[in-house]
Amino acid sequence: MELFLVALALLVLTASFLAAASLVPQVPSIRLCVHIAGPAGIILACALGMAGLFHGSWGAVVPWQAPWGLPLGGGALALDGLSRCFLLPVFGLGAVCAFSGAASLFHHDIGHNIAAHWFFYTLLVLALALVLTARDSVFFLISWELMSLSPFFLIEFDDHEASVREASWVYLVAAHLGAVVLLGFFALAWHMGGSSSALFAGLSLSPAMGSALFVLALVGFGAKAGLAPMHIWLPEAHPAAPSHVSALLSGAMINAGLYGIFRTYTLLDIQGGTPAWWGWCLLLLGLGSALTGIIKASGQSNLKRLLAYSSVENMGIMLMGLGTGLIGMQTGHMGIATLGFAACLIHMINHAAFKGLLFLCAGEILHAVQTVRLDLLGGLQQRMPLLGAAFAVGAAAIICLPPLNGFAGEFVLALGLATGVTLPQMEIQLGLLAALTGLALVSGLAAATFAKAYGIAFLGEPRTRLAANPHLPTAYNLVPLAFPAAACLGLGLAAPQLFALVAQALPLPQEVLAPHTAPLRASLHTVVLVGLAGMGIVALLVLWRRHLLRGAYSQKNSTWGCGFQKGTARIQYTDASFTDPQTEVFSRLMGVQVQSSMDKGYFPAHASYSIEAPDRLRLRLYAPLFDAVRRLCDACKIIQSGRIHLYILYMLATLVALLLWGFAA
Amino acid sequence: MMPTALPFWCSFALALCAAPLLPGIINRVKAKFAGRQGKPVLQLYYDLAKLLRKGAVISTSTTWVFAAGPVLSLATVFVALPLLPLGGFASPFAFQGDFLLAAYVLGLGRFFLILAALDTGSAFEGMGASREAAYAALAEPALFLCFLTLAGLGADEHIALHLSLSTMFTGTPSLAWLEARPEVLLLPLVLFLLLLVENCRIPIDDPNTHLELTMIHEVMVLDHSGPDLAFIHYAAALKLWFFSALLAGIVVPAIFSNPWVQLAVNSAAIAAVAVLVGVTESIMARVRLPRIAQLLGGAGALAALALMLTLIR
Amino acid sequence: MATVLQIAIILLLLGNFAMLTANRLEPRIRLVSFQGALLAALLLLVPQQGANLMHNLLLAGAIVLIKVIGFPLLLHRTLHKVGLASHSAVRGSGHKYAVISGMCCLIFALWLETRLPFAQEIYPPLFFPAALATLFSGLIMVVGRMRALGQVLGYLVAENGIFLLSMPLMMESSTWFELSLLLDVFVAVFVMGIAINYISETFESIDVGRFCSLRD
Repeated sequence: MELFLVALALLVLTASFLAAASLVPQVPSIRLCVHIAGPAGIILACALGMAGLFHGSWGAVVPWQAPWGLPLGGGALALDGLSRCFLLPVFGLGAVCAFSGAASLFHHDIGHNIAAHWFFYTLLVLALALVLTARDSVFFLISWELMSLSPFFLIEFDDHEASVREASWVYLVAAHLGAVVLLGFFALAWHMGGSSSALFAGLSLSPAMGSALFVLALVGFGAKAGLAPMHIWLPEAHPAAPSHVSALLSGAMINAGLYGIFRTYTLLDIQGGTPAWWGWCLLLLGLGSALTGIIKASGQSNLKRLLAYSSVENMGIMLMGLGTGLIGMQTGHMGIATLGFAACLIHMINHAAFKGLLFLCAGEILHAVQTVRLDLLGGLQQRMPLLGAAFAVGAAAIICLPPLNGFAGEFVLALGLATGVTLPQMEIQLGLLAALTGLALVSGLAAATFAKAYGIAFLGEPRTRLAANPHLPTAYNLVPLAFPAAACLGLGLAAPQLFALVAQALPLPQEVLAPHTAPLRASLHTVVLVGLAGMGIVALLVLWRRHLLRGAYSQKNSTWGCGFQKGTARIQYTDASFTDPQTEVFSRLMGVQVQSSMDKGYFPAHASYSIEAPDRLRLRLYAPLFDAVRRLCDACKIIQSGRIHLYILYMLATLVALLLWGFAA
Repeated sequence: MMPTALPFWCSFALALCAAPLLPGIINRVKAKFAGRQGKPVLQLYYDLAKLLRKGAVISTSTTWVFAAGPVLSLATVFVALPLLPLGGFASPFAFQGDFLLAAYVLGLGRFFLILAALDTGSAFEGMGASREAAYAALAEPALFLCFLTLAGLGADEHIALHLSLSTMFTGTPSLAWLEARPEVLLLPLVLFLLLLVENCRIPIDDPNTHLELTMIHEVMVLDHSGPDLAFIHYAAALKLWFFSALLAGIVVPAIFSNPWVQLAVNSAAIAAVAVLVGVTESIMARVRLPRIAQLLGGAGALAALALMLTLIR
Repeated sequence: MATVLQIAIILLLLGNFAMLTANRLEPRIRLVSFQGALLAALLLLVPQQGANLMHNLLLAGAIVLIKVIGFPLLLHRTLHKVGLASHSAVRGSGHKYAVISGMCCLIFALWLETRLPFAQEIYPPLFFPAALATLFSGLIMVVGRMRALGQVLGYLVAENGIFLLSMPLMMESSTWFELSLLLDVFVAVFVMGIAINYISETFESIDVGRFCSLRD
């Protein structure tokens, strides 16, 4: 706990230094100082925080009370297993993204107030750490608000572009609509518990009241987590934000929403047991998010939008884990509960590693080629082999291929769902197995999507001149990528240890867990062994292939072109053509819009074809909704005519009305 | 189920040695149907030996991914194969949920083969890669439904490893249908269809066509030559063995007391599956590409039906 | 015996799904005739209280005569007369939804069986959900098909479902009742066949969507 507090203090210190630096004129000496001191402070604080997380037992709750009070509440903090789990990505990615951001901003900063940027970055990391440890409603809400506001300024880094400004507005509105619901949630909890910290001590409630709180939490936190149908801010905000910010937002911040839902569940003690529909609701919402996310992702041609939708998918998978856990608890099947909860946490930690890596890679592509549109890329693997390898590792990890880390989470979740086969009630069996089938579809589509993302962006021939001559990343740009890439491989090989760590954080007594964790650890050990054996076989085959080719006549030549040896790079498959078979099946869900113009006649002169998949939910549901609100507000403006005597009339009318009301009562 | 490791490893060795026979058998059956003499049954062995001795032409567009495709596709099948109960004997690696590992490991090989195809920058190979990715995604739920049905058939918490391939594919369904559970008869049907999809046979894909526009798997490997092509051919043969072994595992009952008889019967069943594939290829035409998705959806629906009916018992 | 009965039930279910997926009318008519044959087989296989073998045989014979031979002949004739035989049906994504809703109906029927204790007593395993699913598939066909002939087929399938539901409850006396019902349906289909002829003469298509033009 002490180390953790020191880390927080260091973050506060860094933030105040940066705040001061952002207010003075930006002379070169100050800029240099900020460039070095800002990220260094953040990295140091994150390292300290990380050390703090592994200091002390994960099974115990370590409380700490700030000696000063806050208005309406107290500064109560506590570290327990759940908080530690969710803090891992915050500190890990916080440091890596700061490193990467420092490397890229150092060369590319033109006219930005860098100190302000790092100030809000520090604030975000600090607020995240506070949100995940706060044990008081008011304190939690203040931290939450800080956490929601600082990304607005981070996303708006390139605020001279209209699309960026719009994206950050979408983010701000979504964040605050969620916050309004959370305000209601905490107010209700305060009302029920009697004090601002009562919720965090556990509330005993009637099923109706508990369900009301649960729904409020689900909507409020779900908006932050980017669950469908509240995900629309994600695909807007991520492409607009600088990549190191996207990585942190996607890998660490949206987890806060999941944390909220998870924490709420552990705190609500419902008389007569948790209602059955909670778990099903989470499972269904998770599956829906996963399917929506991946189907939308497969239709995107902007790499960062694709990654953003993939975050929606992965949050869905995590929520499915949580839902499975709840169902297991409710039906009294502790094995399923253990697997479900563990899957949620394992996948959360793994997701931070591979999604952080992929966003940082996307950022490097953006620096190198000035675009992340897949149909303008190609051939980058040959030109930037290390960046390509990092992206390949991330892509293989995110589609849950063994021996990388993504597999562990999905394996545990799928095993939990499959255990449903042994349950006596048919409805529960069918529900769990249907969810597993959905998960299989999601993972298959994810494989196709990331084969597209990596294959079109990095492989083949460059489609544009920019892609053919990219601005190569320096070693400083590539070193930060090594950390999450190593985490992808390392966490995959340390899956049993990761599971053991996470198991201590589960909301279940250890004696209940023990009989279920041992066999799973054994299974994961076998998975790791098989993975290692596979790597050995690959190594042997590579050596054999090299040996075979050394003795034989080999040559380099251009790709076989069906007789046309002078093909252009434009005849390659593009992202849209790659997705075409899926588009045919999922056209309704994908919402793909095709615009094509072709000249009729024997000698076509000009033809164009473009395909995009805008978010239909945003266009069809939210846009009309906000339009209606705006029209309503416009209609209200009628009373604001600007004539002073009319305003006096209003006052008079109000006075008379008040008098009437007062005397009539 | 025999707890003997020796027959299992013998079956594994047999799989490694005899897998290239299966395409030979298929081709022979097709030739007989067409009234031709046909290639020798051992043709693939000759091809492999020749390819391994030859050099390779490697496209200048490619990177290490191009070389990784064949290597990984072979290595993953090597890893996935011993997870199966080969020859009717439980795998020594069996654990709860090994079906997930097997499916994902095969997915890894497929992923890199797709990437290797995209690496060449050829429009044809992109075409094959795109189709392979889409149809594999659609086949996955059906495969999982099959596994779950088999798990549900012997579902009992008290059986250790009830969620393992070694319990699912050791002959339970071959007798279960006689005990008034005919829905399990759907499983061989679905698995056979999945075998055709995963191994790119008619009516899904035609391995012998010379029209690149209509192919799936063969068009992905147009640019591979020499040892790379040998790896791919051998991996494809092993994968065919893998799926045939799945089918054999559910139709051959585990009733033989002598392990070697069990092994022989299982191997005969695998050969019979190859003959069946040959017959199917001879009497059916390739379906149009949009129909493949429907076919897979139908397979999924059948598997779901089997699962539901299994669960309510 | 139980195994044969179960196989017949599975075939019934598969037949339903095949009908929901079939694109053209001809195979669907064949499937309906196949379902009639299954019905006759089930009648002889299902254990009934107080069953009279003679009566059952008689009824099965009647079913074969009417459902396996009579209706398909009549429908084929109509099909050729209207000139639809060569015509393949409209391509559409409707089948996808028909199969999915068929699946949902089956799940619902299975669930219903677990909730109705009497169903488990009266019916052999899986019989009740299969019969109910047949009824639902018929209704889905009636709702989902645009051709009048397709609706007639749906109606027939739904009727088969009802017949199946009543099968284990059949008493000696009810055989005659069933027979008369069968005749009723026969007449109904006959009348529909004639009606379709007239519709096709009037509208030059048996697309029921055209009926919209008849409203005020």
